[in-house]
This record gives sequence, C-alpha cells and structure tokens, in this order.
Amino acid sequence: MLGFVIQRLGQAFVVMFCTSILVFVGVYAIGNPIDVLISPDATQEIRDQLMTRYGFDLPLYQQYFGFVDRLLHHDFGTSLVFNIPVTELILNRLPATLELTLVAVLGAALIGIPLGMYAGYRPAGAPARIIMALSTVGFSVPTFWIGLVLIFTFSVTLGWLPAGDRGETVRFLGADWSVFTLDGWRHLLLPAANLALFKLSLMIRLARAGTRELMLTDTIKFARASGQSEWTLLRRHVLRLISIPLVAVFGLELGSTLAFAVVTETIYSWPGLGKLIIDSIFSLDRPVMLAYLILVAFLFIVINLLVDISYAALDPRLRRKA
Amino acid sequence: MTPLLEVTDLATHFLTRAGAMKAVDGVSFQLAPGQVLGLVGESGSGKTVTGFSLLRLIEPPGRIVRGAIRFEGQDLAALDERAMRRVRGKRLSMVFQDPMMTLNPVLTILQQMTLALRAHGRLPLPRIKDRCVEVLTLVGIPGAAGRLDAYPHEFSGGMRQRVAIAIALLHEPSLIVADEPTTALDVSVQAQILAEMRDLVGRLGTSLIWISHDLATVSSLADRIAVMYAGRIVEQGPTSQLLRRPRHPYTRGLLDSLPSRTPPGRELPHIPGMMPSLLALPPGCAYAPRCPRADARCAAAPEPTALGAVVLRCHHPLEASAS
Amino acid sequence: MIRESTPWGRFWKEFRENRVAVAALAVVAAMVLLALFAPWVAPQDPYDLASLNLADARKPPGFMGADGYSHWLGTDAQGRDLLSAILYGLAISLQVSLTAGVIALGLGATMGVSAAFVGGRTEAFLMRIVDLQLSFPALLLALLMAAIFGQGRSELTVALVAAQYAYFARTAHGAAVAERSKEYVEAALSIPLRPRTVIFRHILPNCMSPLIVVATIQVAHAISLEATLSFLGLGLPPTEPSLGMLISNGFQYMLSGRYWISIFPGIALLVLIVAINLVGDQVRDQLNPRLTR
Repeated sequence: MLGFVIQRLGQAFVVMFCTSILVFVGVYAIGNPIDVLISPDATQEIRDQLMTRYGFDLPLYQQYFGFVDRLLHHDFGTSLVFNIPVTELILNRLPATLELTLVAVLGAALIGIPLGMYAGYRPAGAPARIIMALSTVGFSVPTFWIGLVLIFTFSVTLGWLPAGDRGETVRFLGADWSVFTLDGWRHLLLPAANLALFKLSLMIRLARAGTRELMLTDTIKFARASGQSEWTLLRRHVLRLISIPLVAVFGLELGSTLAFAVVTETIYSWPGLGKLIIDSIFSLDRPVMLAYLILVAFLFIVINLLVDISYAALDPRLRRKA
Repeated sequence: MTPLLEVTDLATHFLTRAGAMKAVDGVSFQLAPGQVLGLVGESGSGKTVTGFSLLRLIEPPGRIVRGAIRFEGQDLAALDERAMRRVRGKRLSMVFQDPMMTLNPVLTILQQMTLALRAHGRLPLPRIKDRCVEVLTLVGIPGAAGRLDAYPHEFSGGMRQRVAIAIALLHEPSLIVADEPTTALDVSVQAQILAEMRDLVGRLGTSLIWISHDLATVSSLADRIAVMYAGRIVEQGPTSQLLRRPRHPYTRGLLDSLPSRTPPGRELPHIPGMMPSLLALPPGCAYAPRCPRADARCAAAPEPTALGAVVLRCHHPLEASAS
Repeated sequence: MIRESTPWGRFWKEFRENRVAVAALAVVAAMVLLALFAPWVAPQDPYDLASLNLADARKPPGFMGADGYSHWLGTDAQGRDLLSAILYGLAISLQVSLTAGVIALGLGATMGVSAAFVGGRTEAFLMRIVDLQLSFPALLLALLMAAIFGQGRSELTVALVAAQYAYFARTAHGAAVAERSKEYVEAALSIPLRPRTVIFRHILPNCMSPLIVVATIQVAHAISLEATLSFLGLGLPPTEPSLGMLISNGFQYMLSGRYWISIFPGIALLVLIVAINLVGDQVRDQLNPRLTR
C-alpha cells in the first residue's frame, strides 16, 4: 500500500511539473506576458520596472525558473482591480468557497447515497420512482436556474431566507467561517442546497444503479443463502461495493462542484473564489485569472491523487499494481 | 426412517412479459439423512431453479406457485421470510458455481465468514476465529489461521471454492445444496474437490444435493440420481440402478452420449433435437418430440410411477434388463 | 410482425412500453420542430428592432400589445414578445449545442478508437491527456476558453467541443479496447483491410452502443453548459440571445416581482433538458447489458 501511495505521489509531482510548463507556455502564447501582470494603460516606466523585476528580458528557460520560483513563494503579483497581492486576495476568499463547497458536498453524499440505495433496493416501488423522477429533474436543471427558483420561492415569495451574501462569521484558525453561527447557516442554506442539488441527484442515480446491479449478483445471493439479513446485505456488502465507483465519481465531481460554485456564488453574491474569478474575467484582472488557474490545476492534481489512493484503499484488488 | 427432506409437487414459475415460464413444474423427491442426491439435467432443465427454490432464493418475477418442501419438520415453501432466514445458512446451506462471483472481492475471508456466522447469533471474535480455522482446515486449506486476512483474489480457483464450502459448513447444516460446484474449476481441481466433498459428507453425515449437467461427475458421488427434463424429474432412483439399467429413454440417451461409453474412433451418439422452450411446453410428455419410442399415448403427460426402486415419468419405459 | 425482428424494431418496441419516455420523446420532437420553424411560428420577430415598442416593455403575461399581438407570455425589458424570444432562443440553444455535440462525438470517437487501434506509447499519451481533461470540470474549461477567446458563436462552439470531446474519446477508447482483441478484427486485418477501413467500418460501429449512452447524457449537458455560459455573460453575444441569456437578462427583474422574464425561458430550458434526459434514461436502460435479465 505504501509503495502504491509513493508511486502515485511521484506521478502527481510529474503532472504538476507538466502543468506548470503548460501554464507557463500558455501565458506566453496568449501574448506578451507583461500584459498578464499589469494594466494595459500602465506607463512605460512601470513596464520597464516590471520587466527587469520579473526578468522578462532573460532567456526563456531562466524565465521559467523565475516563474516556478515565484510560484513556490506564492508570488502571483498584484491584483489590478483590488491593488493587493493576489495571494492575499485569494486566501481571503477561500474560506467562503470552502465552506460552501464542503457543506454542499457532504450534504449531497449523506442524503443521496441512502436515498439511492433505497431506490435501487426496491426499484419498482412508488417511493423509488418518485426519488428517481426528482433526481432526473435535479440532474437536468442547470444550476443557475435552480438558484433562480430557490431565490424566488424562499426569498421573494416566502421571505424565509435571505437572497444573498454571507452571514455572520467567527474567526477560527486564522480565517473567518460562517458555519459556526446560526445567521451564517441562514445565509448558507440556499446556496449550499443549490450547489448540492446536481451532486445529490448524481449520487442518488449512481447509488441506485450500483445497488440494483449488485442485488442481482451471486455475491448477494450467496450472502443471503447463508442467512444474512437484508439490512446486513445492504450495509456490509452493497454499500462497501458501491463505494468504489461512488468515491471515484465523488472525487471527480468535487472539481465540478468547485466549478459550479462559480455560478452559485455569482447568483447569491457569495464572496468566494468563484465570484472572484467571474469578476476578474470581466474586469480583465489577469494576475487573478492566472493565479486561479494554477490554484485550480493544483487542486485537481491533489484531488486526483486522493481519489486514486481511496480507490486502492477500498478495492484490495488494485493494491497489487505497483 | 423419516426423510430429512421431502419435496412434493414443487412448481416454480417465472412470470415474464412473454408468458409464464414453468422452470420447475411438479418436482417430487426425498432425501434421507446423510444421503447424496445428484440432480442432473441439461441447461434449462430446471435443476438450478429447484436448488434455489429449496432455499427460497427465488426472486420476482419468479415464484413458487405450489408444492411443499418438508425439511426438519417444517414446510419451507410456507414459511415467512424471517423464519426462512433462520433456516438458511444454519440448517440448510448452498454452494454456488463460480466462487469468484460468490465471494465478496472487497472483504477478507475472515470478514465474510464472520458475517455468515453472526447471521445466526452473536459470537465473540476469538470464538469466531477458532471456528473459521476449524472449518477451513476441514475443507483442506493449509495454514488456515494465517490466511484469514486474505482476500478472495489471493486464492486460486479451487481454494476459493473450498472457502465457499467452508462457509456453507459453518453452522453444521444437515443439508447442503451444491449448484455445479466444480463446473467453473480446472479439471484436475474438479476431481480433487469431488473427492474431498465425498469424504466430508461421509464424515459429517451431511446430506448433499449435487446439481450438475455432467452425469459422469455425479455418478461417483451420489447415492441417488434424479434426472430432470423441461422442469420435471423424468427418472430418479439409486445410482447404480440408473446407470446400469436406465428406464427412461432420456436417461438412456444421456448415458449413451457420455464419451467414456463410446470406443475411440466411433461417432459419439447424441439425442436429436432440442429441449423445448419453457414458455411453450407441449401438453403431453415434454420429451416426446425427441423420443424414438413416442406414440399417441405420449400426448398425455406421464405421471410419476414407481417401477421397483425407480420413479419414472414415461409411458414407454425401457426394459428392465442390463444395458 | 416482421418489423419486430430487426434490432431497431425490438428497440422501439421496448421503448414504447415506457410511456413516460415516449411522452418525453414527443416533447423533445415538438420543441425541435418549434425551434426549426421558429421564424414562421413565432408571432413576432424579436430581432426586428423596428417592431419593438418600448412602451410595451416588462408587461405581464396575457397583455395585449399596441401592435395588436397578444403577448401570451409577456414582454421583456426591451418590449420583445417573450414567446417569440423563447422560440428563437430555443433554436439558437439547440443549434449551438447539437453542432458542438456532433463535432465532439466525431472527434472524440475517432480519437478514442484510433488510439486503441494504434496502441503503445501514442495510445497511453493520448489517453492520459483525455483523462487529465476529464478530471477538469467542463464548465471551468469552457469558462477559461471563453475568457481567452472571447464571445461569439464559433468561439462558444469550440469551447463546448473542447469541454466535451473527452467523454466521447474515453468511452470510445474503452469500447475499442474491448473490441480490438476480438477475432473479427484480426480477421479483417489479415484480409488485409486498411487500418482506416477496419477502424471506421468494423470497430467503430460495434462501439456505438456505449457512445449512444454517452451522447444522450452529453446532449443535455451541452445545452445546460451553453445556457450557463450565456447566463454568466460569456457565451453568445447579446445579439443572439439563447435561453441562457434570456434568463440572465430577466434575473434582475425577478426580485421586483416581474418573474416572467426569467422564469418562462427557464421553464422552456428545464422542459427541454428534462425531456432529453428522460429519453436518454430509457435508451440507456435498454442498452445496458448488465440489466437484461
């Protein structure tokens, strides 16, 4: 197992390396890299300053090393719009996105998997059909549309929940989190539900499909033949077996959730990374865009790594492949 | 002596879109304690469904539509699911064909055996381990204590099947139903497992129903053989009698087509035609279309009749002389 | 009936048994037809600026406009008849998504099957790229491409294709790998047939089943993706309002109670996607070999 982890870590590093080259090349391919860092209407003097500072007059490979060096020192430049270091900006916004995404993802898993398993266990029954119908809708509806409906129903019409912004926060580990306050939850509920819906539907469908397939296998029949109760079958056999594909999809969808957080944060004016990137795209705040890109790439590599490791942890048949 | 198992007129039908598939249609047999019954037939004859029916493992759209399964004083066909669960695995267990499919690939052997043991009562872990090592050694797995934490894929095919058999033996059942347990294994391993099972059954006094399509395999193990065709038992009786003096034309045909019975170089005899679809069984004897002895009388389905030690469904039994 | 014995016939017969799926298929067909014939069916041409009357702007459903039209679904901020705008928007959404989807299918399938056929390092390399891309969410990819390349129909199509081809490539590759070790491939190659012929006329058709499954998912996905991008303002330019853009334009009015400007296009989008998914569900269930009992 350890060998497997080390091997995967090594691969992750290689990928990160390749990604850094890709990003580097990409930045150059779009145009003058200077333009990524400074506003187009900066004076020539500032341009020259930056050119020397970032070594744009140096040969390419040296620039690459400078690039990597800056990466490792978290130096992404300064935001053109906010005028503070990009790193600081991103770190400020990160907790908001994190708590939104985590609440959404956990909610989707904790609700979706049991519902899906039930629907797969008794696929012909009325509750199963209702669950599947709802999951089809949840799966089909674009996130932003659900956001609309949710705001319209719960904020405008019923007035139960606020239509945007984050709630009160509490300082914890050096950052501000709103999950610790009741007001925070009032504000968190709608956007999290919005974000969770797609994943919830996906979890339901996957759990249902996996359960339905498994219930027909000899493994389950054999376990039943030894007298094990249906509950044991579901909990100890089916759940364990479907967790393999579920984890894989879960992990991959984590990235997708991060992506859709962009939409959700825009609709609910949630002060997170997603809103930041959209604003940056429109205001052409290129340093922020670049930093976001690198951050996301890094995050994906990490997620992939974790999924790979979980996969091997859950499926003993994979552990041999070292 | 009261039979351990008495099946009377068992019928299991599958209600599909295309009609009722009569997989098992009026099967009756008995089994004494410690006896081995070989249930033989080609694919689709209903032998596997019979096995599953005994353990009440038939799922919709299948249903046991009539019949009784008297086992240790209870009619299994009439039990509710909770009561049946108490019987399954404890008094009556099953071994399936392909151990790679029946063992859960993500759980260790110990975990799976624990689940099977705990299905019928709480046991502390040390006792569980002891029992597991005991049965694993019984079925011929060397160094069992050290292999408890292994996964199924770490065993060879034969070993896996032994593990499955061990699981079936955990609660010392009085009857084991084995559905083609050696078919998925290598030929050399087949013979091994066969011999081991014969030995085990003799030692433990467990009754065994061995389901197979291969008459040859079964004949070395079974005390009695029942031959199934199109959902019915056409002939059943003591093994030696059935093999030497088969009374049903189908049994005769099966025996004649065994490679061991034909001298090398001669063409292998076979039964012409195919078994009818279970959705559209002819009204009379199901074998009639393929039978060289069929005539007008065969338009009426033959009922089971006793001819000496053999029970037969045939209007034209073969002569009671040596083949 | 002779018809039932063809694979198509059997497929359709089983399909017919699920009434929900049939209804969904009818809905999809109706919407596609409406979109196709939008210029003739729509009561008003929403692009004809001359016919717009600002005084009629933001009027509720059922309003009788100054030009004699009855605006069944109300009007939007510019006085456009919402029903017409929805029909045209539907047409644009469908056009862009289907074009991108078909191109992605073609590109991805060719890539996947070819990679499986060629084998070796090339195959590993190509599939690694595909895998990497698959783990990257389509939305982010499309977002970034839109950010880099700007707005416009062809740019959007490129972004959509880039975001989607990987699914097809991966599926096609998986299916092709299973096929290439089968004997008919060896036989075809030993005739000898050119590799290109073997790929396109032998292997690819046998991979169609899983590809259709992925296609049914991707069609709805593409429509959703396009709508999302347009909603965020990164998709089509405002002169070609797809459903997503219509929804976006009307968002601000929702909080003041003029819900119809956003909700009705939203309902149209929702119905389209749900219907496609329902049909897709049935198709997938039927094509799934592991569920055949």
